[in-house]
Amino acid sequence: MTTSMFDRELKKGSAELLILSLLEGRSRHGYEISQLIEQRSEGTLKFNVASFYPLLYRLEKRGWIEGQWVEKAGQRRRRYYKLTAGGRSMLKQHRRTWQEFVAAMQRITGVRHA
Amino acid sequence: MPDFHEMVRARLRDAGISPLREVEIIDEMAQDLRDRYDSFLSNGLTETEALAAVASELQDVDLAREIRQVENRWAESTVLGSAAGGHFGQGIWHDLRYALRLLRLNPVFTVICVVSLALGIGANTAIFQLLDAVRMQSLPVNHPEELGIVRIQDRSKASGSFTGRYSNLTSGIWKQIRQRQQGFTDVAAWGTGNFNLNSGGVAEYARGIWVSGQFFDVLQMQPLMGRLISPADDVKGCAAPGAVISYSFWERYFGGDPRVVGRQLTLEGHPFEVIGVTPPNFYGIDVGLSYDVAIPLCSEPMMQGESSLYDVSWGWWLGTLGRLKPGWTLERATAQLEAISPGIMQDTVPTVYDAGGVKDYLKYRLGAYPGANGFSRLRTEYESPLWILLALAGLVLLIACVNLANLMLARASQREREIAVRLALGASRPRLIRQLLMESVVLAIAGGATGIALASFLSPFLMHFLDTEGKPVYLPLTHDWRVLGFTTLVAAITCLIFGLAPAIRATKASPSSILNSAGRSMTLSREGLGFRSVLVIVQVSLSLVLVVGALLFVQSLRNLVTLDPGFQRHGMLIVDADFTRLKIPMERRVAFREELLDRIRSQQGVTSASETNVVPLSGWGWNNRVIVGGVVSQGHMDMMRVSSGYFRTMGTSLLRGRDFDSHDTAQSQKVAIVNEEFVRQVLPGTDPIGKTFQINSYGGVPRFEIEIVGVVADSKYRDLREKFEPTAFYPQAQDAEPDPSTSILVRSDLDFGVLINEVKNAIAAVNPGVDIRFESYDGMINDQLLRERLLAALSGLFAALAVVLAIIGLYGLMAYTVERRSNEIGIRVALGAVPAQIVKMVLSQGLRLVGIGLIVGSAVAVLTTRWVSSLLYGLKPHDPACLIVAAAGLATIATLASIIPARQAARLDPMEALREQ
Repeated sequence: MTTSMFDRELKKGSAELLILSLLEGRSRHGYEISQLIEQRSEGTLKFNVASFYPLLYRLEKRGWIEGQWVEKAGQRRRRYYKLTAGGRSMLKQHRRTWQEFVAAMQRITGVRHA
Repeated sequence: MPDFHEMVRARLRDAGISPLREVEIIDEMAQDLRDRYDSFLSNGLTETEALAAVASELQDVDLAREIRQVENRWAESTVLGSAAGGHFGQGIWHDLRYALRLLRLNPVFTVICVVSLALGIGANTAIFQLLDAVRMQSLPVNHPEELGIVRIQDRSKASGSFTGRYSNLTSGIWKQIRQRQQGFTDVAAWGTGNFNLNSGGVAEYARGIWVSGQFFDVLQMQPLMGRLISPADDVKGCAAPGAVISYSFWERYFGGDPRVVGRQLTLEGHPFEVIGVTPPNFYGIDVGLSYDVAIPLCSEPMMQGESSLYDVSWGWWLGTLGRLKPGWTLERATAQLEAISPGIMQDTVPTVYDAGGVKDYLKYRLGAYPGANGFSRLRTEYESPLWILLALAGLVLLIACVNLANLMLARASQREREIAVRLALGASRPRLIRQLLMESVVLAIAGGATGIALASFLSPFLMHFLDTEGKPVYLPLTHDWRVLGFTTLVAAITCLIFGLAPAIRATKASPSSILNSAGRSMTLSREGLGFRSVLVIVQVSLSLVLVVGALLFVQSLRNLVTLDPGFQRHGMLIVDADFTRLKIPMERRVAFREELLDRIRSQQGVTSASETNVVPLSGWGWNNRVIVGGVVSQGHMDMMRVSSGYFRTMGTSLLRGRDFDSHDTAQSQKVAIVNEEFVRQVLPGTDPIGKTFQINSYGGVPRFEIEIVGVVADSKYRDLREKFEPTAFYPQAQDAEPDPSTSILVRSDLDFGVLINEVKNAIAAVNPGVDIRFESYDGMINDQLLRERLLAALSGLFAALAVVLAIIGLYGLMAYTVERRSNEIGIRVALGAVPAQIVKMVLSQGLRLVGIGLIVGSAVAVLTTRWVSSLLYGLKPHDPACLIVAAAGLATIATLASIIPARQAARLDPMEALREQ
């Protein structure tokens, strides 16, 4: 039980960084983002719909990302998200924190990348 | 295809978010589920398996709760990472401290804000306090709401003798009311008078009231010391009645002597024993004029002698005050009074009325009116000017608010990057608005508190502005709940006006656009500047309204001050000599008065002196119809008795015929001098000299043929504001019933201090027992123009304040614009624009705003100034000259205010301006 809660918090904390990172280059819709997280983490990180969208909306509320409905010819109407300026600076800060965190963990636990 | 929308909707139930947002979320998530479903199918899952897999996407998590948390989070902490959530009230203390810190860091800004708010709020509070005291406060007695005033509903046609400030009823009517009315426990009567405290020499007056025996009972008043006047004191023919004195008179005249009860007081030469003192908060029932001494009604005949109205059926001198019985209302009391009116009138018909007069008299109906606020001349005279001044002060405050809004906007734009960063870091907009608003709240509270402090100096000052010679105004100026409520309301509205709009504006901009722009924008945000331009337009237009108003009042006062009343009004001394106490018989009075006049005339430095029974423009008067050839004139003619040389003293030119002289005696042919208006109305197109007329006197007074021996130029009689009325002058020597008192007008080159001494000695040489009162004629006229002076002075002050504020606003906006447009201006200069073009560009922007403001302001002024027309003299509320002068003046000042930033813009170094980018 404790482990699953820890997992959830860790996932949630990291998810913000993941979403912001994925939106850095271009705008994407929700399904695309969650698929990319799953694919790029090779299945390690997976969010179900019910926990992923609240995360997305929270980022939007904070003004880090901005959603917009887009209709493309021959496709269904989708909501695309892009990074805002605030989100960009947030991402920068998050990245640094994360790197420092990982480096600290490594120094202590001795775990290294393969 | 499964209904994914319904799947999501089912899970979102009870999320409690806005329906619109709910639809959006359902749309988006259903879309996602469908994508997954499609992908599961293409990966080879069956429809049932795919559906189960999709359904599991919505498991594990309470979606409604998660969404509710995200969507309904009202105020998120501004500090990233700290505990989020909470309600709107959270962190107010934090915001307050933050606001205080910011204000402390910007002392100049803070002082400007607090001072301008304090001036605005202080002026409003002071005027409101006066209005409160004059209009709204109840008498300081038990249950004032139960008090009622009984008077005749419409008494416009009454004639007879009128004395005192509230001469509503005769003694006869009041006595009948007492006997027959049912709605009040009792109805008390009272009259006003001035009682001379000295015997002989220069008079010193106590403000007196005559009160019936029930007066203090009706008020349910308890004495501070001794006892109050009771029905037992007020018995017809009372010989040595007692006097009740006010607390302030007790302090002033008796030095607060604790053993004052039993001490003697001389009023009009009669001894009175002080029987009691009223409590400090009781100033009487005349709001604005506190009483000094109250004595029983029954002493009036003794005090007034032959001019007593106590038993005179045409003597109007009493006001009433009654206390309603439980269960009775004023309406019910009025209905009962109306029912008994015919009987009362029938029994009290003035004996001297002719048939027409009696017919009108019998139509009178009594009514009961609210008495909680007492009586007040001040109220009648000053209520509407005070409301107008309150409106003007309100406008000034509004302009100050607009100015502050502009300042706040300018500040907010300096802080826009900070605000954007905080928005970006997750601060919610309402929370930021609250924080910005908190600064305004702090400023409004500081401004309001300072304003109240300022008002406590301002309102007594304003009150004493209304003082007239020998009649200091007294108003209980308190900070009661109405005043405090008013100030709080004003401060709150103020705060919202100048605080909320900028706060909303400041947080509206998208953070990304602000953070993306490196520094100041190349071209100015049209929207932000547009809003500030509107504010400046509002300021200019409101200022114009105020300036027009001020000009109207100032011009009106000027018209009155410079008006030619038909005589030389400056440099005259009025000497009122009263020899009632000398008990000189009627037949010797004319001779005695002539002796007084001769003595004064013979003093060195006295150019001329004359007697009159009516001092022109004093407000007193005597009028009647005249009969020419058996026909009674339509209108009333003003009349006065004067001594010879009167017209020379007054500087009124004698146009035809002769002045009165020593041949005009009681025995000779009755003569009169009339003015031009008299001739125009009564004897048009004829030579009036030698023609005769009669005075339409009533009550058995004999009628004589009076011969016109002279015509003088028109002059004002009662009031400066009236038009010239037909006036007839009669010689003092032909007065059949000369009064034991007279007014002497003295013209002299001497200083008034010296002159007063000379006159005093001259009169004392005739008889030291004569009571004398001095008043300068100019002073008397000035007292009559107080209302105009108050309006002119305060509206002028408000207008000046408004113009200064508007100019600051305009200058601020122009300077800000130039700073913000420095890039653009730099580019223009670099591209070859010459300074004159830059000046023209900036100036035209400023002048466009001023132009729009003036047009809007003119329209508002034309629409609003008609409300003051009744207070204007000699000009129309739409006086075009005032409007043109005001607009031109404002335009000139505004141009000057715009020239400074325009010249600064023209001096900009293009390189520097561009490098700053």
